[in-house]
Amino acid sequence: MSNTIPEGAGNPADLLCFACDVPLEMGKVEATYLGQKFPVDLPRCPKCGFVYVSEDLALGKMLRVEQALEDK
Amino acid sequence: MQGMDGDQVKAWEARCIEEQLPACAAACPLHLDARAMLEKVKAGDLVAAFAIYARVIPFPAIVSHICDHPCETACRRAEAGGALRIGAIERAIVEDAYPTLKRSAQRNRKPKRIAVIGGGLAGLTAAYDLAVKGHAVTVYEGDARPLERLYHDYDAAVLPPSAIDADLGQLSALGIDIRCRARVTSGRGPLGLDDLIDAHDAVLLAPGRGPVPNLAGSIRLTIDNRVYMDADSCATSHPKVFASPLHKMPPGVEVGPYSPVGAMYDGRKAALSVDRFLQGASLTANRVDDGSGDSCLYVNVARHDPVAIVEPSAPDQGYSRTEAIAEAARCFPCECKECVRACEFLKSYGLYPKRYIREIYNNDGIIMGNRKSNKMIDSCSMCGLCADICPNDLSMGDVVLEARRSMVRRGHMPPSHHDFALRDMAFARSDEVAFARPAPGATTSAYLFFPGCQLTASSPQHSAEIYAYLRERLPGGVAFVQDCCGAPAHWAGREELHGEVNAALTARWEALGRPEVITACASCLKMLGAFQPEMTVRSLWTVMEEKGWPTGAAPLPSGALAIHDPCTGRYAKDVQSAVRTFAGHLGAEVRELSGAERTTCCGFGGLAQFANAEVTDKIVDRRITEDSADYLTYCAMCRDNFARRGKRALHILDLAFPAGADPAARPDPGFSRRRDNRLAFRARMLTDLWGETVTEPAPDLALTIADDVRADMERKLILVEDVARTVAAAEAGSPRFRNVAKGVTVASHRHGSLTTWVEYTAAGDGFVVHRAWSHRMQVEARPS
Repeated sequence: MSNTIPEGAGNPADLLCFACDVPLEMGKVEATYLGQKFPVDLPRCPKCGFVYVSEDLALGKMLRVEQALEDK
Repeated sequence: MQGMDGDQVKAWEARCIEEQLPACAAACPLHLDARAMLEKVKAGDLVAAFAIYARVIPFPAIVSHICDHPCETACRRAEAGGALRIGAIERAIVEDAYPTLKRSAQRNRKPKRIAVIGGGLAGLTAAYDLAVKGHAVTVYEGDARPLERLYHDYDAAVLPPSAIDADLGQLSALGIDIRCRARVTSGRGPLGLDDLIDAHDAVLLAPGRGPVPNLAGSIRLTIDNRVYMDADSCATSHPKVFASPLHKMPPGVEVGPYSPVGAMYDGRKAALSVDRFLQGASLTANRVDDGSGDSCLYVNVARHDPVAIVEPSAPDQGYSRTEAIAEAARCFPCECKECVRACEFLKSYGLYPKRYIREIYNNDGIIMGNRKSNKMIDSCSMCGLCADICPNDLSMGDVVLEARRSMVRRGHMPPSHHDFALRDMAFARSDEVAFARPAPGATTSAYLFFPGCQLTASSPQHSAEIYAYLRERLPGGVAFVQDCCGAPAHWAGREELHGEVNAALTARWEALGRPEVITACASCLKMLGAFQPEMTVRSLWTVMEEKGWPTGAAPLPSGALAIHDPCTGRYAKDVQSAVRTFAGHLGAEVRELSGAERTTCCGFGGLAQFANAEVTDKIVDRRITEDSADYLTYCAMCRDNFARRGKRALHILDLAFPAGADPAARPDPGFSRRRDNRLAFRARMLTDLWGETVTEPAPDLALTIADDVRADMERKLILVEDVARTVAAAEAGSPRFRNVAKGVTVASHRHGSLTTWVEYTAAGDGFVVHRAWSHRMQVEARPS
């Protein structure tokens, strides 16, 4: 598995964390599904760590990885 | 945990006849795959066609001139314009591509020495087969040249000597040593059989049909001086000696016309025995080929229009290349695939049941690695159409059900395939929605009305109206049970959960005094009938037929209606008949689609639409284009799925209890509104009929969702409830984002195994939802 999910990750520059009022930045994130953990780079709030998953990512690469893990 | 039962899998596989030999190949003693050969000719590739021919036929030049082609007698094209001229096509193939023939022997680490006695077609076929396997073969022929008979029996115009010479040249190229004027006799000496036996690892006798008194003494002969042998194993009285059998004649015929292809079969059969003997293998094990036979491949010839035979422009020359291609194009080709033609699911993965079953079983056996067939297994609607069509009643629904059960038992069922449907079932069975009551004011119940979870969800007013009708017509009390029959659990392969549902239903039924159950849903009828053996379960429609139709019919729609039967009621003939009578009573002019037994699924069956919406949309789209009339159904899910795909469709209760001027235009309520309908129905019924104090649940948040956004959420299986929960959590202070460019709030909320994201804006006292999406994977910032 690739350790990054670059495709469709969204433009974090448009997003501000509501609570921290800072723009999102790409950062290390841990993705977990069916007991499998792996690191990915995703936009997240640099202060509180709240991670953004865009629709393109959720219905694209992330869905394919979910399905691949379900078929393991 | 236990996987699929291998014996059962084999039994299923055996029922799919798609891989059976077509009639032409079954009739050919050598089982030449004429169907595959003709496909190549059709494509203009005569070299490839020749390769198929020459792989099976040791003497292509000779055989293409003189074959008695039993394939043509068997050809199914005979029923639609005339049998294919396979023999003439073969001749055109050989003329076009013979120079491409290259024979070579396999490398054999332990080549054996074999003597073949007899240089006719049988003996030389045996010599060819054994030489190809890398053995050293010597042929002893009494005449001055091999294949002497062919030079004599055929006119040169029929079989040019050059053809014989060409094929014999190929034998020499294989290293076969042909010794002519070498008549073998019994006893010792250079041509004595005893010495030949000693000098070789095996001896194969191919003396033809005449007597062989000259071999008496070395091996046992029959009373009429033929070689004494076992017809199945080709074994003789000497363990190293085998004999070419004499191929079958038509029943009652002792000696038939000479069959060149029959003679080659005889030689091939004996050579196989020699090869098995030399390898120390059993002469008889797994040896089922009996030469020419009938095909059990089902072919629906009626689907093909008759096409006349192509006549060669110069009959004495045979087919030109162009004519051969045109004639080959008349081959259908023979195949069954009746189920594949009828089912968009079977079609979509490009195979046929036998191959699907093998893939499913292989998928089941994977310990480590990707189970690539999971989605395919969960894409079948288990509707039973394939079984109805199959000449051997093979049901893919039975196969995938066992596969799903095995996946569940072993923890390999992908959670995403059935989660949504099972959540919906859990909701339909929850205390928020489900209830059971004896009739208002009654303490005993002779009957129980079980509308089914989807009728109430789709059109709650119909459940209420039918209940009023039943209470009016039936004596002894009619109880009401709003619950789920457990079909989703069954379809999902969840045996344990299905058992729980059944036990709970039994308990409800017993608490009401074991009344006769009346259901409005074909799936409930089938499920309760199969899994509640003690219940008497009847269809609402047959009860109505018996007790009298409800009064107050609908204003009639204009024009005829095309009737669609639900797949779970495929064989419920009494129900089908009652519904048609009911429609007639309501004044509807009804016409048939495929007929009830050939009905298709709407996609809900087998939960296929949750695992593979693309395939089930194709199934529905194919169905709704069969007739331009509005469709009439008696299954709520069928009606709603047709409506969702843009077809005007009516539930028969839309005619009996109309709501609105144009009930066929009623849109698909979708999953979210079905949930709302169920919630509201319980509150209304308990309040209105039983006088209980139940408040209709009101949403906590006022959400505005445009129709296109709602439809998009439905496609993604996202409920309004999930969206509301997400917005509520965000507004209560959960983390969220502001999208500066779009001016919207973006929030997410984890509920169960799903994270739902919503883009929304506040508007007045409520919120406008712009879009929603979800995922299963969890993401968290890593602690730095």
